[in-house]
Amino acid sequence: MATTLGDVPVAINIQGLYAAYQRQPVLEDINLQFPAGKWTAIVGPNGAGKSTLFHVLTGSMKELRGSVQAFDEPIATHRKAGHIAYMAQREAIEWDFPVSVWETVMGGRYGHMRNDPLWRRLLPSRWYHPRHGEAVREALLAVDMLSLAERPIGALSGGQKKRVLLARTLAQQANILLLDEPLAGVDPPSERLILDVLAREREAGRTVIMVTHDMPGARRHVDHVVLINRFIRGVGSPDEMLSDAKLAELAVSSIEQAASDVRAAEASSFMAARG
Amino acid sequence: MTALSLFGDTLVSWLIAALMVIVNLLPGSISDAFQYAFMQRALLTSVLVGAICGILSCYVVLKRWSLLGDAISHAVLPGVAIAYLLGWPFFIGAFITGALTSVGIGAIERHTRIKSDAAMGLMFTGAFALGIVIISKIASSTHLMHILFGNVLGVQQSALLLTLVASVIALLVVWLAYRPLLLYAFDPQQAQALGFNSSVIHYGLILLLTLTIVASLETVGIILVVAMLITPGATAHLLTDRFKTMMLISVGVGVSSAIIGLWLSVLLDVASGGTIVLVATSWFFIALLFSPKHGLLLRQWRRWRMG
Repeated sequence: MATTLGDVPVAINIQGLYAAYQRQPVLEDINLQFPAGKWTAIVGPNGAGKSTLFHVLTGSMKELRGSVQAFDEPIATHRKAGHIAYMAQREAIEWDFPVSVWETVMGGRYGHMRNDPLWRRLLPSRWYHPRHGEAVREALLAVDMLSLAERPIGALSGGQKKRVLLARTLAQQANILLLDEPLAGVDPPSERLILDVLAREREAGRTVIMVTHDMPGARRHVDHVVLINRFIRGVGSPDEMLSDAKLAELAVSSIEQAASDVRAAEASSFMAARG
Repeated sequence: MTALSLFGDTLVSWLIAALMVIVNLLPGSISDAFQYAFMQRALLTSVLVGAICGILSCYVVLKRWSLLGDAISHAVLPGVAIAYLLGWPFFIGAFITGALTSVGIGAIERHTRIKSDAAMGLMFTGAFALGIVIISKIASSTHLMHILFGNVLGVQQSALLLTLVASVIALLVVWLAYRPLLLYAFDPQQAQALGFNSSVIHYGLILLLTLTIVASLETVGIILVVAMLITPGATAHLLTDRFKTMMLISVGVGVSSAIIGLWLSVLLDVASGGTIVLVATSWFFIALLFSPKHGLLLRQWRRWRMG
């Protein structure tokens, strides 16, 4: 029996998750289900653990406790099968790296290439199986970057960089998309384009999960909202969760959080000083 | 075993013959120096070392592993000494101490408040000192000098074969694992999200580095090998925005530095390891000044024209 949320199947199921960064707790007691085929926004103040949550989902950070499943299987199985695509923040990428737009987007296909026979994998990308090239072409077309395919990634503008990262995520043709602030620092036309692309991905039945600070965009587009600040602060529809009262509550929670952290730090240094 | 070494010897003489065809096209004043068997062995060793250092240096430069490469090259010394004591192949001892040191660096970094530069400095100087102490007990100081600074003109057939095997293995691994290595260097988090095992890639790359360092022992020595692991890649990075082109240029810089450096060192009667590295450094400064995209002169010219 598959896990469901109401009558919608669950794409990612997180149970009792704790995560820490250099012994500082970042996420505590997270119990969370992401509905399949829906578009979810994760909202929270800076340092609330949103990126950390994605790092746990993509496997680049190990949880302290808890379990993470995708479609009732360990999430690592789905990563290996290429079902989980991830779009990093712009700052996470080395833009000086000597690769072109095309090669960067092709990076989204590397997981699937493992299933190809060995002799094919030894060929240069140009003579590789056409379906990978086709996926890259479609992805670049979707974000309107096909004409810049041969350009080195260092020579792109901010909005173009975001679109290349989105194209790499699309080229993977995964059924779960994790996007870390896909709308941060982009010009209005790029923002519209990115939101359109994501809406189309959801129409195609994919599960879209994005971290965002863009409240108007989220109100207009997403189906489901998760408020987070170290703990889960609320889960529900955009109308409920993104109301001014609820967002003010979230902001207050972050101030209280900071104050209690300071008190805890003071107490522990006081204890240390007393020996 | 004899069949294998016979195969190796034959392969080496073929490669030397092929190299000599090219060398003999050069003017007599240059090619004359390469008519001796020891010079030909030195030439082939240098070319191989230049090539695999050139390939690896692209990863070292892009992954910001210059200091780690320096650390591993120093940490290899006690391994070589212990392997010599036990009668093992150099490579095995070198890999064990090289890998132990890099694991130790990682552990100190993660579990204490010591930062990575101090952790590296601490571990590799410690390992290096251990190596010096062991070697001072078991071998002459000439031997130590040869390991530290290389002795390409005295390369024996067995050392040349080791370099050849190491180069072939390194080339094969880079070819077979081209995409995972590229992705890991470019965006490790993406590699992780696609389900690649990043610790396998990480230690695989360290193993490749160690292999390259051991292969370079006789040519430039462990002190200067790190130059061959940084300079060709850095030079190529100034000249292109394509990874494959970068690798080709980097190999070109490595190989040409090895050949020119070897020839100059014989001509001027100076240390060959140092001369090879100096030629590579000169390539870097030429690229720094004249690179069409990222060179200083053109940038100044553009600024001047913009007024």
